[in-house]
Amino acid sequence: MNSVILIAGARLQVVLLLVFSAYMLLRGHNAPGGGFIGGLIAATGFVVYAIACGTKDARAALRFDPANIAAVGLGVALLAGIVAILWGDALFTGQWLFIGETETDKGLPLSTILVFDIGVYLVVLGAVLSIVFALEETS
Amino acid sequence: MSWYLTLPLVIPFVTAIIAFLLRNSPSGRWVSVAGSAAALVAAIALMRVVLDQGVLAGQMGQWAAPFGITLVADLLSAVMVLITAITGLAVAIYALGDIEERHEKLGYHALYQILLAGVTGAFLTGDLFNLYVWFEVMLIASFGLLVLNGDKEQIDGGVKYVALNLISTILFLTGIGLLYGMTGTLNFADLAVKVDQVENEALLTVVAMLFMVAFGVKAAVFPLFFWLPAAYHTPSFSVSAVFAGLLTKVGVYALIRMFTMIFDHDMAYTHTILLWVACFTMVTGVLGAAAQSDFRKILSFHIISQIGYMILGLALMTPLAIVGAVFYLVHHIIVKANLFLIAGIAKRLTGSTEVFQIGGLYKSNPLLAVLFLIPAFSLAGFPPLSGFWAKYIIVKATLDIEMWFVAFIALAVGLMTIYSMTKIWAEAFWKDHPDGREPALAKLPNRGVLLIPVAALAILTMVIGLMPEPFVVFAERAADQLLDPTAYINVVLGEAP
Repeated sequence: MNSVILIAGARLQVVLLLVFSAYMLLRGHNAPGGGFIGGLIAATGFVVYAIACGTKDARAALRFDPANIAAVGLGVALLAGIVAILWGDALFTGQWLFIGETETDKGLPLSTILVFDIGVYLVVLGAVLSIVFALEETS
Repeated sequence: MSWYLTLPLVIPFVTAIIAFLLRNSPSGRWVSVAGSAAALVAAIALMRVVLDQGVLAGQMGQWAAPFGITLVADLLSAVMVLITAITGLAVAIYALGDIEERHEKLGYHALYQILLAGVTGAFLTGDLFNLYVWFEVMLIASFGLLVLNGDKEQIDGGVKYVALNLISTILFLTGIGLLYGMTGTLNFADLAVKVDQVENEALLTVVAMLFMVAFGVKAAVFPLFFWLPAAYHTPSFSVSAVFAGLLTKVGVYALIRMFTMIFDHDMAYTHTILLWVACFTMVTGVLGAAAQSDFRKILSFHIISQIGYMILGLALMTPLAIVGAVFYLVHHIIVKANLFLIAGIAKRLTGSTEVFQIGGLYKSNPLLAVLFLIPAFSLAGFPPLSGFWAKYIIVKATLDIEMWFVAFIALAVGLMTIYSMTKIWAEAFWKDHPDGREPALAKLPNRGVLLIPVAALAILTMVIGLMPEPFVVFAERAADQLLDPTAYINVVLGEAP
C-alpha cells in the first residue's frame, strides 16, 4: 500500500507498540501481561510496518529470520528451565536473585521466570511474523 | 528430580533447536544423528536406574503431586523410551541418505526431533493433561513431516490424518474434563486411588469409553483406523518408518496405561469391548493387507492387524496376556520400522513401491533379501524370531482361559500375514523385474547409511528371538507393575512404600 499518511503513522505506531510490548513483558510477572501478550504486541508492530512499507522492508527492520527468532526463543525458554538443575532443583523450578536485599526490603527481584517469559516473547514474535510474512508474500 | 528422567526429554528439544538453526547447512543432519545418539545413551541410563531402583518419579518445578506435572518412569515407560531412542537413532542415520536437501531446508530434522520429544514425553508423563499436551506436540510435528513435500497426495493423506486426530483430541479433552469433575485430579497415581471411590460407576464407564475411542483413533484400531493407510504411504520413507514404528504405539501405550491402572472397575464391560475390537482389528487389518499391492500400503495394513494382537493382550487382562502385550509392543516397533526402511531401499533400487511393477531384488541383492526376510518372518511369527515369542505368549494366554475362538482368530491372522508377506516376496524379490532391470545394491549411492540401520534393527530382532528369556522376564516385571500399581502410586505420591 502506498500511502504517505499510513507510512508516517506507521513509523510512530511501530515505536510505540515495541516499547509497549517490552513494558507488557516486564510487568507480566505480577500483573496482567507477560511474554505471550508482549510477543503478540511486538509482532503487531512489525505487521503494521509490513502493511505500510512492504514485507521486504519489515524483514530488513527485523534483521533476523523470524523462524530463527522463534527457535532461539524456544532455546532461551528451555535454558531457563534447565538452569534449575544446576542448583539441584527439579526442572523448571524458579531461581531467584534479589539485588540490594536488606532486612526489610527484598530489593530488585530477578528470576529465571523472567528469562522463560523472554523466551516465550521471542517464540510468539517469531512464529506470528513467520506466518504473517509468508501470507503477505504469497498474496 | 534426577537427570535420568529429564535428559531423554531435554536432549531432543535442544537437538531440534540447533538443527533448526543449522537447517541451511549440511551439518544440521549430523546434529540430528548426534542428538539421537545422546538420547539413546540417556535412555539406556534411565533403563538401568529403573531396573536397579524400581519406579522413578520427579515433579516439574517442584510442585508436589498430584498438583504439579509429574514425570514418572516404571519399567514399561523406560522400555518404551529406550525403544523410541533406538528407533530414533536408526531412522536418523537412515535419513542421512534418504532426505532431500529441499526438505532439510524446511526444517525436517527439527520436526523429527520434536516428534521424538513428543513420543518420549507421552511415555514419561504421569499426568493425564500432560499426556494430552505431548499428543499435541506429536500431532503438530507429525503433520509437518507428513506434508513436507506439499504435493496433492500428501495433503490428501495429511488432512484425513489431522481431521481424525483432532476428533480424537476433542474426545480426549472431554474425557479429561469429566474425569476431573468426578475425581478432582488428573495424576495417574492419584487417579488410580480416587477412581475406586467414585460412586457413579456408570458415568465412570462412559468416561472410560471416551478414552477408549480417543486412544483407539491414535492406535488405529477397528473401526477407527482408516486414516492410517490413507496417510502412511505418502511421506518420505524415514518419516513413514518412524510413524509406523512409534505413533500408533503411543496410542496403544496410553490404552494399556489407562485400562490396567485406572479403568479396571467394570472389566466385564470395557474389556469385552476391547476383546471384540482386538479381534476385528486383527482380521480387517490383515484382509486389507491382502487386498493391497503397494509395498507400503501392505505394511500399513499390517500395522493395524498387529495392533489387534496388543489390544487382545490388554483385553484378556491376565498377567500372561499383559506380558504378551508388552513384549509385542517392543518387538513390533523394531520390526515395523525396519520393514518401512527396507521398502525405501527397494524403491530406490527398483523405482517403485507397486509390487507388480518391480522385481528382481533377490537375484541381484541377496543381502537385502535376507534383511527383508528377518523382519518379515518375525512379523508373521516364525520361530525363532521375536514375533514368534510375542504371538506365542498372546495365544498361550488365550488358550489358558479357554477362549478357543479368539486363539483361532489370532493364529489364522498369523497365517494370513504370511500370505501377504509372501506376496511382497514373490513379486518384489523373486520374479524378474518387468522392465528387465537388474537393480544392483552396489551402485546405490549412500548405501552404507541406508543399510546400517536396517541391519542393526534386524540383528536386534534376531537377538530378541534367539534369547527371549531376559526379555520375557523383563516383560513379566513390567506387567506386574501394571497390574499392581502400589509401588508406582507410592513413589509418585511420596508415601512410604
